[in-house]
Amino acid sequence: MRRWLTEGFVLIIAAVVAFPLFWMVLSAFKPEDEIISADPVPWTTRPTLDSFTRALTVANFGRYFMNSIIVALIVVALSILISFLAATALTRFRFRSRTTLLIMLLVVQMVPVEALTVPLFFLMRSVGDSVPVFGLNHLGSLVLVHLAFSLPFAIWMLRGFVAAVPVELEEAATLDGASRFRFLWQVLFPLVAPGLVATSVLSFIHAWNDFLFAKTFIISAVENQTLPLALQVFVKPDQNDWGAIMAGSTLMTIPVLIFFVLVQRRLVSGLAGAVKG
Amino acid sequence: MSVTAKGQGRTAFAYLAPALLILGGLLAYPIYQLVLISLYDYGQEQVSGGAPLEFLGLGNYRNLLGNQQFWGVLGQTVAFAAVCVVGTLLVGAFLAILATRVRTWVRMTLFLAALGAWSTPAVAGSTIWLFLFDANFGFVNEVLGIQGFSWTFDKWTAFGLVAAQVIWCSFPFVMVTLFAGIKAIPGEVLEAAALDGASAFRTAWSVTLPLLKPIILVVTIQSIIWDFKVFTQIYVMTNGGGIAGRNLVLNVYAYQQAFAASEYGLGAAIGVVMTVLLLGITMFYLRALRRSGEVL
Repeated sequence: MRRWLTEGFVLIIAAVVAFPLFWMVLSAFKPEDEIISADPVPWTTRPTLDSFTRALTVANFGRYFMNSIIVALIVVALSILISFLAATALTRFRFRSRTTLLIMLLVVQMVPVEALTVPLFFLMRSVGDSVPVFGLNHLGSLVLVHLAFSLPFAIWMLRGFVAAVPVELEEAATLDGASRFRFLWQVLFPLVAPGLVATSVLSFIHAWNDFLFAKTFIISAVENQTLPLALQVFVKPDQNDWGAIMAGSTLMTIPVLIFFVLVQRRLVSGLAGAVKG
Repeated sequence: MSVTAKGQGRTAFAYLAPALLILGGLLAYPIYQLVLISLYDYGQEQVSGGAPLEFLGLGNYRNLLGNQQFWGVLGQTVAFAAVCVVGTLLVGAFLAILATRVRTWVRMTLFLAALGAWSTPAVAGSTIWLFLFDANFGFVNEVLGIQGFSWTFDKWTAFGLVAAQVIWCSFPFVMVTLFAGIKAIPGEVLEAAALDGASAFRTAWSVTLPLLKPIILVVTIQSIIWDFKVFTQIYVMTNGGGIAGRNLVLNVYAYQQAFAASEYGLGAAIGVVMTVLLLGITMFYLRALRRSGEVL
């Protein structure tokens, strides 16, 4: 009897926690007159794709969706390459400044990146003078900052995965005549792939969710905005098009949700690994 | 030996070069620049080259510490973060304990719902909550029968709404981590306590809690770090810091000073203050990590 009560209570909590997301998807499919009704109801009898159509055409969400995807995917690809090389160097080689670098990697993760908006804004401004693609108002500037922010954690996390690959394997590969380059990309790289998946998801989500830097860097080039910023632009004090906003929110949440479900086990064990007692 | 060591060092730095280049240029250099800019009077005229740069030394900081609004915002930030942290921990711990007492399918339902809240991007989450609590079309006001009541107009209901949203998307981390911690306690330990005649409460208080202490410490400090620098939720839900800036927290304050008021020097100084505060918390974090057995 008591277990039934507890389980009922837990299910109610789960429903409350899930409710905002349910409301988002529901509102995205509601016809407009039901959304701006004074008596909203938690169901709809006339589901429609109108809101999605409006979001994608009028608000041009498709374009911003692509911008977000481009930034996030480039960040993921580059951070995989760079952090893999760096993690290999930090685990497989012994050199003098190794420990110093490791400590700096840890400390740098603690710096609140939000505080760096001012210097980064001016840095991107001057970078833009010589290389416009990486300057203000261009997606390149977002790629650069998110790459920098995701690298320390990615290197830190990959280090463990590289260290787990036995050194004997490298010796065997060398004896078989594999060059260091071949060993790196054809033996080591596939072996640390699980670690790469976990770090890539975190880099992807970081870049995908970013609001502050998109807002700071993409000032006047409307065509280069990313999803979080575009969503915010359509929230006006009155006359909100809630249907389109909810459709846009749904489009923005789905990729992250898919990623999270795919890697939740690895993510949780990775995070739990960092805090294990 | 020394030849190989040298060769190793050279290869290692070749591998490290791209990472060092990016981190040096886009993290280390901006940190240096942040401190530098905070020492200057750096406004719109200086940026456009219309006026010469004026070195102020600690002038921006003196300005800040003598400004009543800064102290108000600092107090609000600490109070807001405290409410979010306490709320997140209570909700997360409570649900983690409940999760150990239900059947698997019930637990999976709860975790799935939590996963959804966890993965919702901050901007999307903020707009959903705004819509749910909308004065005229919101479902919450309909249920409560208070249509026309604006949650974001009053300072305290606005802060409360944002805090609720922050707790909603950050309790899953605490819940999942604590649940894993509870599950990792060997059954024999609890059985031994039961055999020795300890009550359920006594077992929880004297056995489970001490064993979980390292994990609780780490999730607490992690939550403090996260909630101290909330930006998106405050910015989106209170429309940039509320009416007359009464819902500002440090992060949004720094942004507004720099990019809305063009007081870049002052904005940078606020950034430095925030960094120093967070590094202080981080020192605790590192000590906690070391005590819980994590090694470099």
